[in-house]
Amino acid sequence: MIRQRTFLVEALTAIGLVLVPFVLPYFGFTPTTINRILVWGLFGIGFDILFGFTGLLSFGQSAFFGTGGMVAAYLLTVMNFPYVMAALAIGMIVASVVGYLVGLVALRRTGIYFAMITVAIAEVFFFVEFNPLSDFTGGENGLPGVPSPVLYLGFTTVRFNSDTSLYVFLAFWYLVGMVVALRIVRSPVGAVLRAIRDNPLRAAAVGHNIHGYKLTAFVVAAAYAGFAGGLLGVMQGFMPPDAFTFDTSGQLVMQTAIGGAGTLFGPLVGATVWLYLSDFLQTTLNLGASWKLVLGVIFVLLVCFLRRGLIGGLDDLFGLLSGGSEKSKPTGDAYIADVKTDDDQKVAAAKVTHHPAVASMPARRRDTDRKSGAILQAVALSKHYGGLAANSDINFMVRHGERRGIIGPNGAGKTTFFKMLTCEVQPTSGQILFEGQNITGKTVTDACQLGLTKSYQINQLFNRLTVRENLIIAALAELRGKFRLDLFRSLRNIQGLTDQVERTLELINLTRRVDTPVSELAYGEKRRLEVGLALATSPSLLLLDEPLAGMSPRERAETVALLKSISQGRTMIIIDHDVDSLFELVESVTVLQEGRVLVEGTPVEIKGNAKVQDAYLGGVHGVLAAE
Amino acid sequence: MINWANFISQCFNGLVLGALLALISSGLTIIYGTLGVLNLAHGAMFMLGGYAGWLTYNYSGSFLAAVFAGAIFVMIVGVLVERVIIRFFYKRPHEDQLLVTFGLGIVFVETVRFFFGSLSKAVPPPPALVGITPLGFMFYPTYRLALLGIVTIALIALYLVLYRTRIGMIVRAGIEDSVMVDSLGIDVDKIFMLVFGIGAMAAGFAGIVNAPVVSIAPDVGEAILVQTFVVVVIGGVGSFPGALLGGLIAGQIISITSMFNPGYSYVMLFVAMTLVLVLRPYGLLGTAGRE
Repeated sequence: MIRQRTFLVEALTAIGLVLVPFVLPYFGFTPTTINRILVWGLFGIGFDILFGFTGLLSFGQSAFFGTGGMVAAYLLTVMNFPYVMAALAIGMIVASVVGYLVGLVALRRTGIYFAMITVAIAEVFFFVEFNPLSDFTGGENGLPGVPSPVLYLGFTTVRFNSDTSLYVFLAFWYLVGMVVALRIVRSPVGAVLRAIRDNPLRAAAVGHNIHGYKLTAFVVAAAYAGFAGGLLGVMQGFMPPDAFTFDTSGQLVMQTAIGGAGTLFGPLVGATVWLYLSDFLQTTLNLGASWKLVLGVIFVLLVCFLRRGLIGGLDDLFGLLSGGSEKSKPTGDAYIADVKTDDDQKVAAAKVTHHPAVASMPARRRDTDRKSGAILQAVALSKHYGGLAANSDINFMVRHGERRGIIGPNGAGKTTFFKMLTCEVQPTSGQILFEGQNITGKTVTDACQLGLTKSYQINQLFNRLTVRENLIIAALAELRGKFRLDLFRSLRNIQGLTDQVERTLELINLTRRVDTPVSELAYGEKRRLEVGLALATSPSLLLLDEPLAGMSPRERAETVALLKSISQGRTMIIIDHDVDSLFELVESVTVLQEGRVLVEGTPVEIKGNAKVQDAYLGGVHGVLAAE
Repeated sequence: MINWANFISQCFNGLVLGALLALISSGLTIIYGTLGVLNLAHGAMFMLGGYAGWLTYNYSGSFLAAVFAGAIFVMIVGVLVERVIIRFFYKRPHEDQLLVTFGLGIVFVETVRFFFGSLSKAVPPPPALVGITPLGFMFYPTYRLALLGIVTIALIALYLVLYRTRIGMIVRAGIEDSVMVDSLGIDVDKIFMLVFGIGAMAAGFAGIVNAPVVSIAPDVGEAILVQTFVVVVIGGVGSFPGALLGGLIAGQIISITSMFNPGYSYVMLFVAMTLVLVLRPYGLLGTAGRE
């Protein structure tokens, strides 16, 4: 995520752009084709931020491409506006504003709904452009006579009107676009966008306003599309109406997928392959209109067999050739790590307990003024699903610094109760007070920002990211708040980020695995990272939903030690079925049964309680007593 | 001043279009509901039905044979596509499914263009249904009237399959929870194949029965696909009743707007879709969690 080699990619891009006009013609690329590749490549950079980085597949980018292009072309032709660059900028701004408005509607839903809505919206733009607005857009004829850009240097005037000079102009703007995109991708916003792609639910739960970030990505994509649309008109001297067609959106999607999504360069590679093949098939092989059939077949095959596109494929190939050993290395490490902990679990556990980092992982500052009394209070909390009462009338109070366990048979409503406390699920009735503030009806993001978060029963990690990147995302939410548009800030310049991530890493004992992708972690490691994600947001109240589930006895011992070490100065509520481990960990226990509080007390009291034994053993206690 | 005769006849047009859209959308929505795949090649299936029918008509001269061939051919294409490609995509992300079906749509459209060219083809209605029928208050093209009946019958047939047969029960159960259906020992694999076939057939059937009204061309499915999406968003993904309601609403919106200015019909569709998204995000008859 954080490329340490500053400006390497930028420099290579610049060198590549200088070399292209000397190299590509040897492969049969015409100057016009090369220029078109740049326009599509630039169009695609924005789309890749939306699709490759944020995971939002839009089939409606033509709307913004066309809008930006038409606005710029209209200004330059009909209005006789003299400044080409200013017109392009205005086109870009209008496209961004339109993108913002469209995004408000389209982003109400995700996944396939989002795809369908973008298709529909783009079609609306197409029809509006052709019919009601045809007086402005020239309808089927488009807008001819778009002037070429001019650069006044004082002593001389550069006119970009030949293929070669236009190349310089387009290559410059492509480079600018790439530099900006790289900044965005490496910024905190870029990190959050990837988190949204991998696991939107968790990205929201660690405290990011994901709707705001998605809208940001959508507007960025629209801005790139609008600017590229303007360049198209300038390049051709004519703004074609077919910029608005569904085909345009489709071609962009296909080029990006062919090149490789999530790489920023994918669209450029895809456009190169696409435009070259379409020229080659039509002129050299004389295939006429059926070139598109050939490209369609190639595309389907690519999607089937080369999931990550050409760049991804090359990457894999490179990995196979150069570092077959490198690939297996992390797994080897994992093995070593496992063997080590296997040696002596008590040593490992002790190591965690007496870890120096423990003291340096404080809960939120506002908690340190040692408030006494309730940190969390639930008043008459109920949740009904139709006729089913998952929770009824629960009154619950946890003091500052307390460690509370919640137990209860399956179906007792423990998880529902947790979901209400973290605001994932709205209660049917009742109130939740956190640090004296009523948080009922707030979002899970707001609850986390206030200092209340949860580790999930089923791991909710960012699977395509590394351990470090996972923790960075959680830590960012606390350090930056739920929404901030620091698009051009480097992750390295965020005060306290590295510290917080390192501390969490030590605490969850994953320092050795820091650059391993989550998908390669062992189950116990994932489980620790799951807790780590919650911890990295520095919660003052941490809820743990079955942190020990599915673990081996050794992993349990380790995790109990870990939880003990993180509990200092922090309030925790823990659900688990492993009653022995839990009782060792907590100071008091609440027993839920059939959605109600059965009894509360210290572990010792609960162990001896006849009602609890009945609840768990279905009256066996009574039978045993009778005997 | 509204011309009432014109208005009523447009409402009728809207009803016919709406029923057609309902049928196509039902196909899309049961495939999505059961398999979790949004088939972007669904518009191409509509187009293929038209062409298969047109070809059959040219050889046999029988409209009935054309309808039969169009529906069956597209069902076979659907089953083949599911077996050869789609089934490998169930476990892949939604984006990959969208990409591959989008690519398949292009392959179908361009294949047809390769063999039959870009010019549109016409299939005449059967002789018995040519002409105009007086309805008392207005005259209406006989075939369109018949089309309304044909599509209604197809929708009823689909309803009966979905709600009155064992397979339909499994399909509806699969829409609710396909993992559960699988663990009940039902061969989900075969059901998936069948559903994809039936869903595609609904589009193919619509493609040929609509051919006498709107002549067919390779890209005729594109506009249909977009309208189908609006229908599904309005009605709610995965809901058969939702597809019916959404289809009828979309049909009326398109027809009535066309009476004033055809250029705005998509704008109005979009307005309706936005309203639904704001007021009922999961569609009029949809439920949360199906996306």
